Amino acid sequence: MTGISSAELARLPERSLFDPKWIVLGTVVAIVAWLALVPLIFLFWQSFFTPATADNPAVFTLGNYAEVYGSARTLQLFFNSATYALGSALLALTLGTLLAWICERTNTPGKPLFYALSVVPIVIPGILFVTAWIMLASPQIGIINLVLQRVFNTDYVFVDIYTLTGMMWVDGIQHAPLAFLLMSASLRSMDPALEESALMSGASMWQIAWRITLRLALPAASAAFLILFVRSVESFETPALIGLPVGIEVFTSSIYEALHGYPSDIGLGATYAVTLLAITSVGIYWQSRLSQQGSKYATVTGKGFRPRVMDIGRWRWAAFGFFILYGILVIGLPFLILLWSSLQRFYSVPSWEALQNVSLDSYARVLEFPSVGTAVWNSFLLATGSATIIMLLSSIVCWIVLRTKIPGRWLLDNMASMPLVMPGLVLGLAVMICYLALGGGIYGTIWILLLAYVTRFMPYGMRFSTTSMLQIHKELEESAQLSGASWLTTFYRVVLPLLKPGLIAGWIYIVIVSIRELSSSILLYSPGTEVVSIVLWELWQNGQYTQLSAFGVMLICALFVFVIIAHLISKRFGIKEV
Amino acid sequence: MLSVRSLNTEYKTKSGPAVRAAQDVAFEVPPGKFFTLLGPSGCGKTTTLRSIAGLERPTSGEIEVGGRLVYSSSKNVFVPLNRRNFGMVFQSYAIWPHMSVYQNAAFPLEVRKRGLSPAQIKDKVATVLKAVALDHLTDREATKLSGGQQQRLALARALVMEPELLLLDEPLSNLDAKLRERMRFELKRIQRELGVTTIYVTHDQAEALALSHEIAVMNEGRIVQIGSPRAIYDRPYSRFVAEFIGNSNFIDGTVLGAENGTSHWRIRGAMGDLVAISDTPLKAGQNVTLSIRPENVELADDAFSGGGTLNLFSGKVDQRIFLGDYADFQIRLGNILMMSRAHPALRASVDETIHMRMSPDSCVVLHEGGTAATKPYTAD
Ligand SMILES: Nc1ncnc2c1ncn2[C@@H]1O[C@H](COP(=O)(O)OP(=O)(O)OP(=O)(O)O)[C@@H](O)[C@H]1O
Ligand SMILES: [Mg+2]
Repeated sequence: MTGISSAELARLPERSLFDPKWIVLGTVVAIVAWLALVPLIFLFWQSFFTPATADNPAVFTLGNYAEVYGSARTLQLFFNSATYALGSALLALTLGTLLAWICERTNTPGKPLFYALSVVPIVIPGILFVTAWIMLASPQIGIINLVLQRVFNTDYVFVDIYTLTGMMWVDGIQHAPLAFLLMSASLRSMDPALEESALMSGASMWQIAWRITLRLALPAASAAFLILFVRSVESFETPALIGLPVGIEVFTSSIYEALHGYPSDIGLGATYAVTLLAITSVGIYWQSRLSQQGSKYATVTGKGFRPRVMDIGRWRWAAFGFFILYGILVIGLPFLILLWSSLQRFYSVPSWEALQNVSLDSYARVLEFPSVGTAVWNSFLLATGSATIIMLLSSIVCWIVLRTKIPGRWLLDNMASMPLVMPGLVLGLAVMICYLALGGGIYGTIWILLLAYVTRFMPYGMRFSTTSMLQIHKELEESAQLSGASWLTTFYRVVLPLLKPGLIAGWIYIVIVSIRELSSSILLYSPGTEVVSIVLWELWQNGQYTQLSAFGVMLICALFVFVIIAHLISKRFGIKEV
Repeated sequence: MLSVRSLNTEYKTKSGPAVRAAQDVAFEVPPGKFFTLLGPSGCGKTTTLRSIAGLERPTSGEIEVGGRLVYSSSKNVFVPLNRRNFGMVFQSYAIWPHMSVYQNAAFPLEVRKRGLSPAQIKDKVATVLKAVALDHLTDREATKLSGGQQQRLALARALVMEPELLLLDEPLSNLDAKLRERMRFELKRIQRELGVTTIYVTHDQAEALALSHEIAVMNEGRIVQIGSPRAIYDRPYSRFVAEFIGNSNFIDGTVLGAENGTSHWRIRGAMGDLVAISDTPLKAGQNVTLSIRPENVELADDAFSGGGTLNLFSGKVDQRIFLGDYADFQIRLGNILMMSRAHPALRASVDETIHMRMSPDSCVVLHEGGTAATKPYTAD
């Protein structure tokens, strides 16, 4: 047989007819590339140049790097950042793993409640968590100290949040829910038969936990550790609110200092940012390597898969107590102290006299605050807007990556996931430099915040889309196309509806993280484009603790209601986890 | 050796009634025997096995192993599974991926504080790895084994502690067809050499027939019939058993009366009268169903002369399928079709007349539903 093969024949019409699919795909690729790469290029550029001002243009310089790497202060920064991130990651991992193991593998009473308890802290904005802990454990105004001092009648300082250990503590317990989610997912994907066969071999519960479960979870735990480490390295709230006042500086707070000090040094900030970026990139790189390795341990087989819990006897009451304690430390105490201080006119320690002064004054005053209304509206717009854009973008990107054979699609995947390595502050800085240099009038408007949010949370959208796309059989699409539907129709009528549960879950998640967002916004907002976390930040800087608490309490309640509604809705769509 | 008495296991579900996965399961397994639970998917085989293992807590019943009561609802006994000393091979093998071949096999010995010295452990592991022909791979990472090797390692791990009872849950179902056949022989050899009492779960009738001393056929949580492979095949208790194991012709008829002897009965079917065997007495006028295996339908081009004179029929060849070492015939007798498996030398072609003969012992009267659970029948 000569001539055209049937495969070529099938491809012919596609070549001759113009397909609108390519417009959509091309646009998406361009947007992703723009978002992920351009600001980064400007960041690198800026780190090698002096800041451009009205009379001096930017000049090439190695001065920034000389200053950063030539000073002993940088060594101190490295040391601080590393110790701080290591400590808090270890704390979070230990707590999270223990909680996950208790939840997934033991017969501890009240487990469904603990699931909720473990993830609730995710909705509390970081800045509120940190301020709450300052109110709890500061040496001067911290309630824990004051109460203990009164009880023991001394002026000994029992706990001091303004230390490296204090910072590790706050960050560690704040990230424990993340560790919990990662580790419980890994425990859940473990074939229970691996543990059951150890049980049949005569091993005791502790032998199984130590020699089988933990060892099998080790790759997942290492990967989780790296994620937590990167999270702590890039965390901004804790170092800024606790570290800066007492001179414990890490990379993130140094970037902020360089930009907000006088004179502001954007080149120096960029150089710190590039250094920080290098650290987080290495961390994320190793993490993805580890996760790939770990997948060889994931031995789930459909058949005979039944999760099984172990009877841990009397220990289950210890586990129960542990959960209660965790709940008190992570949710109870922080929320109660915020509630207490929100009911006061002036911040004061709980006492009988203070109880007489309880009033809703702070609530009234914070609502009068001019920027509050704007901020709430801005946050709402930004959260829903970025969530919608991201889920649309990422579903198309995922489709390209998973369903087409276009060469270089892995590059697209990497590009869309790349912002994961960018700390919020670094991203904010890069976006700021980029649009200051490019002009276009975006800087200073709400659009620049939207760009930053979309870039920053795109990797989360990718993760949600990938997971749900992998569950859709390719044949479903192909049969739609065989029925004569065009690509756009197929995507709109078949792919998107099938992805819906996953997309909604991702959307909800991105709304929540957008509302919490502080570290990018803090470099990008201007009067009129404040968001809620910025208002909280300003209230803190102005020392308006009671109003801050009032606003925080309202915010937490609102987010909580949102999560519950989202949970109910997603249940209707058959989503298991939000 | 193993005795299971009226065992019931339920799964509680969040909504709706509990799933009664095993109901009134009862059987006895003598020492050193190979006993198989056979049945379609979802009939409760795994549940029964896991209840014996102690991985599932039954709702009622009794389980006794070697004179030791390991579970009894009435006496409130439940021996924790890590004290039961049973070996088990899971369907997914459950080889620990973070350990080597040696470490996997040594684990059961290490975790039991029975005062074995490291040298003794090493010895025992070497012996058992040799028995399953893995002695050349001792230091290999467990994840770098082929399917069949993983399966043998799982077996070694279950055997190394010299279990009182070996429990196997579809251990061959993850292997490809060729390997499965080879492992079947291996399994049989190892079981026979070690003489360990074995409970085997499968939904593959060929596996069950090839390996077992005795088979329990299960359906919807209950045991329908217990017997030797021969008995189950030759004298299926009910239509379910006859259909699940092998192929069969089913013929409806009415009992006319007893034929000479106690177990033979004359039945009137659509094709005419025939003599069949029943292990329970029948009443005249009763409606029954017969099962006749295709290979027991003898065919001939010319009328039979000599040999048995009962159950002779003739019909027309409806279809003939040549399959190499045998030929399948479909024969029309009035308005019923009979299947027969015959020697390929038989030449009869479509629409020609053909003669059939069925020995009365191979025309089995089936029971209407119900179970023969505690009424084992032995043919040999
Ligand atoms: N954990 C569980 N919760 C509720 N129902 C269950 C559970 N495990 C099994 N079942 C139900 O119990 C019944 C028996 O299941 P079992 O696993 O024993 O079947 P099986 O005979 O081993 O099937 P297969 O050949 O498919 O492995 C099934 O109807 C199944 O749906
Ligand atoms: Mg099963």
